[in-house]
Amino acid sequence: MAKKLFNEPSPLETRILSKRFELDGSETLEVYLANGGFAAFKKAKEMTREQVLEEVKTSALRGRGGAGFPTGLKWSFVPHTSPKPKVIVVNADESEPGTCKDRLLMEYDPHQLIEGILIASLVVDAHVGYIYIRGEYRYLIDKMDRAIAEAYAKGYLGKNIAGTGWDFDLYTHSGAGAYECGEETALLDSLEGKRGVPRMKPPFPAVAGAWALPTLLNNVETYSAVPAIIRDGGKAFADLGVPKAGGTRLVCISGHVNKPGVYELPLGYPMMKAINEIAGGIPGGKKLKAVVPGGSSCPILKADECDINMDYDSLAKIGSMLGSGGMVVLDETTDMVKFALRIMRFYAHESCGWCIPCREGTTWLKKILERFNAGHGRHEDIALLGEVSKNMLGRTFCALGDAAAMPTISIVEKFAEDFEKRLARQLVAV
Amino acid sequence: MTFSPQLEERFAKMLTHYPPGKTRSAVVPMLIYAQDETGAITPELIEEVAKRCGVEPLQVDEVVGYYSMLHRKPQGKYHVQVCTNISCLLTGGEELYEHAKKKLGIGHKETTPDGLFSLEEVECMGACSWAPAVEINYDFHHFVTTEQLDKLIDDLRKAH
Amino acid sequence: MAEMVKLTINGREIAAEKGTLLIEAARQNGIEIPSFCYYEGLTLQAACRMCLVEVEKTPKLQVGCTLPVAEGMVVHTESDVVKQSRKGMLELLLTNHPLDCPVCDKGGECELQDMVFRYGAGESRFMERKVHTPEKQWSPVVFYDAPRCILCYRCVRVCDEGMGVKALGIGNRGVIAEIVPNEKDHLNCDECGACIDICPVGALTSGTYRYQTRPWEMEHVGTICTHCADGCRTTLGVRNGKIIRGNNRDRSGINGEFLCVKGRYAFDFVEHAERLQSPMLRSGGAFEPISWTQALEIAAQKFSAAKSFGVIGSNHTTNEENYFLAKMARQGLKTENIDHHRTGDLAALFDALSGRNGALATAADLYNAKAILVAGADLSQQHPFLAYQARANFRHHAAHLYTVTAGPVREDHQAVASVRVEKGGEIAGVESLRDKLKAESELVIVFGDAVQGDAVRKLVAFGDSLGIPVKYVCLVDYSNSRGAFDMGLTPKNGGMPLDQMLGADLDVLWLVGANPLKNASMTPKKFVVVQDLFMTETAKQADLVLPAASAYEKSGTVTSGTGEVQKLKRAVKVMGTKTDLEIMGLIAKEMKLDLGIWLPEKVFDEIRSNVHGYNVSKALLDLGPAATAPLNGRVPQLPGVIRSSNDTLFTSGSLTKYSKMLNEVMESPGTLYGATK
Repeated sequence: MAKKLFNEPSPLETRILSKRFELDGSETLEVYLANGGFAAFKKAKEMTREQVLEEVKTSALRGRGGAGFPTGLKWSFVPHTSPKPKVIVVNADESEPGTCKDRLLMEYDPHQLIEGILIASLVVDAHVGYIYIRGEYRYLIDKMDRAIAEAYAKGYLGKNIAGTGWDFDLYTHSGAGAYECGEETALLDSLEGKRGVPRMKPPFPAVAGAWALPTLLNNVETYSAVPAIIRDGGKAFADLGVPKAGGTRLVCISGHVNKPGVYELPLGYPMMKAINEIAGGIPGGKKLKAVVPGGSSCPILKADECDINMDYDSLAKIGSMLGSGGMVVLDETTDMVKFALRIMRFYAHESCGWCIPCREGTTWLKKILERFNAGHGRHEDIALLGEVSKNMLGRTFCALGDAAAMPTISIVEKFAEDFEKRLARQLVAV
Repeated sequence: MTFSPQLEERFAKMLTHYPPGKTRSAVVPMLIYAQDETGAITPELIEEVAKRCGVEPLQVDEVVGYYSMLHRKPQGKYHVQVCTNISCLLTGGEELYEHAKKKLGIGHKETTPDGLFSLEEVECMGACSWAPAVEINYDFHHFVTTEQLDKLIDDLRKAH
Repeated sequence: MAEMVKLTINGREIAAEKGTLLIEAARQNGIEIPSFCYYEGLTLQAACRMCLVEVEKTPKLQVGCTLPVAEGMVVHTESDVVKQSRKGMLELLLTNHPLDCPVCDKGGECELQDMVFRYGAGESRFMERKVHTPEKQWSPVVFYDAPRCILCYRCVRVCDEGMGVKALGIGNRGVIAEIVPNEKDHLNCDECGACIDICPVGALTSGTYRYQTRPWEMEHVGTICTHCADGCRTTLGVRNGKIIRGNNRDRSGINGEFLCVKGRYAFDFVEHAERLQSPMLRSGGAFEPISWTQALEIAAQKFSAAKSFGVIGSNHTTNEENYFLAKMARQGLKTENIDHHRTGDLAALFDALSGRNGALATAADLYNAKAILVAGADLSQQHPFLAYQARANFRHHAAHLYTVTAGPVREDHQAVASVRVEKGGEIAGVESLRDKLKAESELVIVFGDAVQGDAVRKLVAFGDSLGIPVKYVCLVDYSNSRGAFDMGLTPKNGGMPLDQMLGADLDVLWLVGANPLKNASMTPKKFVVVQDLFMTETAKQADLVLPAASAYEKSGTVTSGTGEVQKLKRAVKVMGTKTDLEIMGLIAKEMKLDLGIWLPEKVFDEIRSNVHGYNVSKALLDLGPAATAPLNGRVPQLPGVIRSSNDTLFTSGSLTKYSKMLNEVMESPGTLYGATK
């Protein structure tokens, strides 16, 4: 009998990255090797650097952290011939509200991640890597440490990996509670022992990242997808998805659904099918009100916008984003004032404070929403929320300001009714 | 200032993980691991970490002020963290947090008089699809009901 | 010549050097792009977002302070969207700003006020409760009011990059982020106050100035700091005859905005309660106040009757006073027993360099030279401005620094190589760096009193042997040591040096602004006249004490250790005192000596025609510093002792104990050769 996972898998999933999750001992090197583990690395070692890079490009894999940047292109930016040592960094600072997939990849298949890192190291000619794991995931740091120790013990890390002559050292690095450290340059500052404040770009991390060395930085899921790409070929992976966005991704469905969970679905999967057939629909026969498509930073979708395929272009067309795979489903009973407030409390708490618009804007928005939620709203507040958000949008130092502004703008525009209703209730109360 | 042999071993190794001369990189992990053992980040601990990582105490102090998991005051033996961010909010996280406040008789970032429990309303901790979630110290609990939370707390109290 | 690019700003085509930041290129062409966090010479932050501008063909507004200009760039700095962005940014900034301008020290000279006035909105839409935290005192000098702080990080950067101290950091995060001091609740630093002056708002205020005045009620008098030889210009804020603050925000003078704790705060000795305000005559064991008329008569009478004289001048009186004193001693009193407390061996250096031009380094050279060697001096403690220049040179031009000192110095942190030597072993230490120094393309050698006499000649010979252009700085103490030497307050014609005068049996010993008995004793003289500000150790042993005006109470010129002649401008007047020049002139008049008019301008004219190297343009001098040409030709070696006073950042010779501020900030006294950072 298969072991019990966090949630029941769905037969509608396409399980590539998560295919070993259910195996007993899936976190061990033994089980990983018995199920095709490290074959991709060995294959990659036989290929030229350019061939490996080409496969990754062909796979149309895009960064799974949220920005969706084409992975192969990102890898090609690292000056692999630079005389400086190159560094690989893994962003395991998963903290975008609604997102909980990297946990599973590290918990159930850590060696898949390690293999992905090793393949990337061949392309960028790196010999050291760091997995930056958020502090709250201590148990996963311990699990990764065990997996790494096991890989060292069996010759899959360290000197002359699997007899290929390739050397690579890998370490975990703990964060200590800061959403901002999910931003790649803030993560690098944190890795260097500083406050997690984003850096100015250029230089981009590919050229001058950790300790000013050329650095390849990807999300856990991005690296975890690489062994399958090399094993089955980039084209096979690409074909699973849609043009310009290949493969599958772990979609975290949460909120008002009967079967919340993390499900591996091909890019371009229909959103309503995911909600109704995979996540079992909305409890109590209630109607859908809205969906956060990919983490709290994404502009929210109204129910009538949700008949859509989950891929970058489709979401961009309706003014939102695919984001990090954190899909939050809201039923008709959801109070959008309260929802907007909770989002803004988060961003105000997590703003690093470096630049004026984000530091002051998130707190101002939070205070307006708090007042509104407490029954002291004014009609002009509805417009003000949008205007303050727009004064932040595109003007902050990093994307956190946009991440706070975008959902707020979309909520006040699409659900102004909820705000109006609150005002009406206030008048009655008076 | 010295730590347990296990932690000393961890720190000794940790300092070698980074490129030569980049021991400052160990500041954040060293602080959080040390805090787990000492209970809080004291001025002495800041001095110690600064010394070990080869930086000014001010540079460590800046870091302590920045990260939300680093605390200057001791927390309870069991730090109960209830998430109320969006996925948890939609599935009863707020009610769970209110319940925890009543159950423990303390508020946000407060500690029970016996020092056993502290409570914190936390931001998303990556358990959205299994919400509402509670993390006690570093242990995750998913799909938590008020009854389950009561039991968790009671069991910890009894075990003590 | 650097590559130029053409770009268009607001429809105007301009040319700028490739790589110039847009904000700078605009400023160079008279187009203002506002900013708080961008500060010339400090690292870029891109934090305040005030400089966002529209650049055609880019989707978002661009950050003017980090964007290098490029060929064909089309920029709009005053378009509707840019104006709206600035207005929005200021509205955001003011949400948690207390707007307590009526009681804020900065009101009237606040960059935030000015910015809101120019670009902001008259009304705020913010109606929530503001974040508030109480004000904190971090030192006698520095107060921090977090709510006013806009987090531009200028203070953090000037302390780290400018001063090399790193005493300020950033605490907390998000809306409650604030500046924090290095010792939990207080500062352990140079107390220079650079953080306060650079603060664009009233977040950092100074213990001496706060709540004293409105800025527009002051008169601003630019003069030269009296404390060390670096020649920093300090602009004194004067109200109702009282100096309230010192700063140099107008960047006049050789020091730009730089000032140390002494230049910014140690003007308070001027109004110390023990200031002498009446001539005093010894009568039995005690002093009795007498009138100026009586005092001048007595002095003239004693001087006229004397057969043997000793004249000891000062290293902080003006060139005019020093010149007049030397002239009066030689021509009027007919003595060659003339000296002053010499703190560096200028004579040996000038002699070793005789016959060559351009071998003396100026303060500007320390900022521009490719390499600098500091031998036998703790530059950051003893010569903070020269240290600042070297540090800025390192940051901006990657200059190579070398230190050869008796202990750790702050410059070690930027140094390519540091050599520790016993005092007196400097030449051997320098010699050990030969190979490295030979590889430099040019060098400035800065040396302290540890290198004197023969060692100076060896040092110059060493410099000559490197085969690269080498310039020198002989470090001296106090505001006019160089001038005292140049004006001839030296025993050059066989006269007695200072130490010998103290030990000799003389009819009259006349000391003008000198306190040699602080660390020495004296054999009794028939009559001792002392001109000074306070009842110093020396004044206590005088027969006649004449109350003198300080540097901040007189006009004239002084010469910095690096040779810049600069003008003093009187800021205040202390009742009962006279300038040393006036005192000397009046005594001469009383003695019926014909030494010419003793007005500073007239004496300076004489200096210009008579003192080698001082024929500087008066018009130039009115504008700022004028470089002197050094002595050229054989310089006779002088008898006597050369000894630095070894002042630190927090001491200023005899003046130390009369500055309340210097004594208050001595919680962390400066220590020579004890640098930890």
